[in-house]
Amino acid sequence: MSSCHDCKSCAAGPPPPGSHGGPAHIIALVGPPNSGKSTLFNRLTGLRQKVANFPGVTVEHRVGRAKVNHDREVMLIDLPGVYSLNPRSDDEQVTHDILVGKREGMQPEAVLLILDCTNLGRHLLLAAPVLNLRLPTLVVLNMADDLRGRGGTIDPAALSAQLGAPVALVSATTGEGIEKVFQFIAGTAVGHSPVKAPLVQLPVLKDIPKCRRWATEVNNGAAYQAPSPPRWTRRLDSIFLHPVGGPLIFLAVVVLVFQSIFAWAKPIMNGMTDLIQSSGNWIGSHIPDEIIRSLIVDGIWAGVGSVLVFLPQILLLFLFIGILEDSGYLARAALIADRTMRKFGLQGKSFIPLLSAYACAVPAVMAARTIENKRDRLATIMIAPLMTCSARLPVYTLIIAAFIVDRPLLGPFLGAQAATMLGLYVLGFLAAIMTARLLKSSILKSERTPFMLEMPPYRWPTLRSLGLRLVDRSKVFLRRAGTVILTVSIVLWVAAHLPLHDGKVPNIESSFAGIIGHTVEPILRPLGFNWKIGIGLLTSLAAREVIVGTLGTIYGMEGTAHSQGLQQALHSDLTLGGALALLVFFAFAMQCMSTLAIVRRETGGWKWPVLQFAYMSLLAYAGAFVVNQTANGNLSRLAAFVAH
Amino acid sequence: MQLSFRKRRRRDALPARTLLELQPGEDGILDRLDLPEDVARRLMELGFLPGHVVGVGRSAPGGDPRVFRVDGSEVALRLETAARLHLRGGNPLPTTGIDCP
Repeated sequence: MSSCHDCKSCAAGPPPPGSHGGPAHIIALVGPPNSGKSTLFNRLTGLRQKVANFPGVTVEHRVGRAKVNHDREVMLIDLPGVYSLNPRSDDEQVTHDILVGKREGMQPEAVLLILDCTNLGRHLLLAAPVLNLRLPTLVVLNMADDLRGRGGTIDPAALSAQLGAPVALVSATTGEGIEKVFQFIAGTAVGHSPVKAPLVQLPVLKDIPKCRRWATEVNNGAAYQAPSPPRWTRRLDSIFLHPVGGPLIFLAVVVLVFQSIFAWAKPIMNGMTDLIQSSGNWIGSHIPDEIIRSLIVDGIWAGVGSVLVFLPQILLLFLFIGILEDSGYLARAALIADRTMRKFGLQGKSFIPLLSAYACAVPAVMAARTIENKRDRLATIMIAPLMTCSARLPVYTLIIAAFIVDRPLLGPFLGAQAATMLGLYVLGFLAAIMTARLLKSSILKSERTPFMLEMPPYRWPTLRSLGLRLVDRSKVFLRRAGTVILTVSIVLWVAAHLPLHDGKVPNIESSFAGIIGHTVEPILRPLGFNWKIGIGLLTSLAAREVIVGTLGTIYGMEGTAHSQGLQQALHSDLTLGGALALLVFFAFAMQCMSTLAIVRRETGGWKWPVLQFAYMSLLAYAGAFVVNQTANGNLSRLAAFVAH
Repeated sequence: MQLSFRKRRRRDALPARTLLELQPGEDGILDRLDLPEDVARRLMELGFLPGHVVGVGRSAPGGDPRVFRVDGSEVALRLETAARLHLRGGNPLPTTGIDCP
């Protein structure tokens, strides 16, 4: 996917670096992590931005447009946060390649180098290699308000003289000094003089201690007075990282996130369901032709709608992750969770993605981006779909209500139905951590990259950045609903409604779906499933909860999890073993096109999603087989037979 | 010859002090990073440079990982990593690894 997809000027090819007067001016934003680079990018571009992945690597970047001088626009690329330009990680490789002009169509004409001026000594380490590229560069000293508030000082003019590049002292959060950045961007349209001479010789660049001494000298020359330690951060850490209070607050945050995505999102989700249903009916009333109406209402609208229902929940989850990340608490949460996650071969940063996976694996896979270590990130992505996502709930609710008699197990506190539900959550969790251990001790083994995590100072999250984040995630989600899910919905509808018999829609048994269901039945027999469940499994490949609607259609009952008629029909058509096997099957199986699509996007190829699908299908089949055979007593008979 | 002398000397003297043994509120000067080069470079980019002052901050429950204050920032490390970062004064002899000039 081209990253400058909607940039018209790219069609004609961007002008080579240094040429002026061409329409496309590309400016790259470079900076270390926690330098406030993204905040500045948001301020410069606002809503005129989008997320893109570099082809071939799993590195995300954002491109946006900034308006300068009436009708002129400059394209900004927000590069991944890096500490150096030595290409070791994917992030650094991409940043390096773009800055030296190796990426076709993305050669920047100028650079915005964003540094946190409350920690200038260390952040200047990146200035040496970036300025050595000798592109026109503006050194943006961010967090000017923080520096002042904590009693630090800097002389930007003196720093500019030392570095041989213009310097702007700004605060991206408050907008202070931002006009200097706009001036620089506007100037790109007429051309800048590049940095004249290399600042430091290359052998020095490779030597970090020498580079750091160079930074100290530059700082001294610019009358840099480092600020006092962040008092509020120390105070808050004494609460959030308190030996007893810290874990309690951590648990409270987890419960709050859980509660919000399940309980608080429910009314909105119910509202969405009603809205989709009534709008579907309204559309249907305007389409006279029965078959076309069925395709549009039952096929497309219901199919896409079943996924759209999850949008409020996903947005709420991302709002929480956004607040946690922007405020700086996420780093503390990762620190607290690290010890536990380490037991499964993972690390602290895997915690939030895995927590998200209880709502939906899709945002979880996206949230795994915060894990820099590639192998840990892949392992997290691989196990996320085993966590019990909310799409499994309708299936669990239906089967449990149909087959499990709700006897009290622990007095009034725990009934058999709730216990079964809880057991399924535990089952998914156990499968996830065992898979993690398996992966981390085999194909994703990593020992050479120890856990190191910078603790940024606490900051207030800004509405602007939270809002932009939600807009961004909605776009990604809706685009998928409009493409993958739409296609699958149409295919499924066609399979269930063709071939026509005497010009009429066949009943489900003689449709393509029915034929396929009968074909796969022999494979599913050992699991205790019949051909109807077979069709359900096929349609639920799109999304798990689709099976409920499908079974409703097949049994001619109302297709909801709480439908009494459907529960009774299932009860008389399946054995208890088959029902339990179905639950286990859904706990393990990768019945979700959306997740597969997002894993492909995030891992940059088909290898991992295919492996994931194969592994989870195998696990689901094996698990369901064992459960059904055990319930039928076959396994004990077999064991007794072997023992004889 | 000299190497073996160093080894014997280290065993007899106090054990080399590392970040692991720093007490909360105590500072030390980093001497060398006894880690593979790419890991050492990453740590140096985060501020763990020989000659820099390292302090101890808070830690996760159970004491691992622990937050270290170095070069104006706070970085959490697992104790297994902290044990490989040697402090000046604990082991008086400069040895292999990335030295401070």
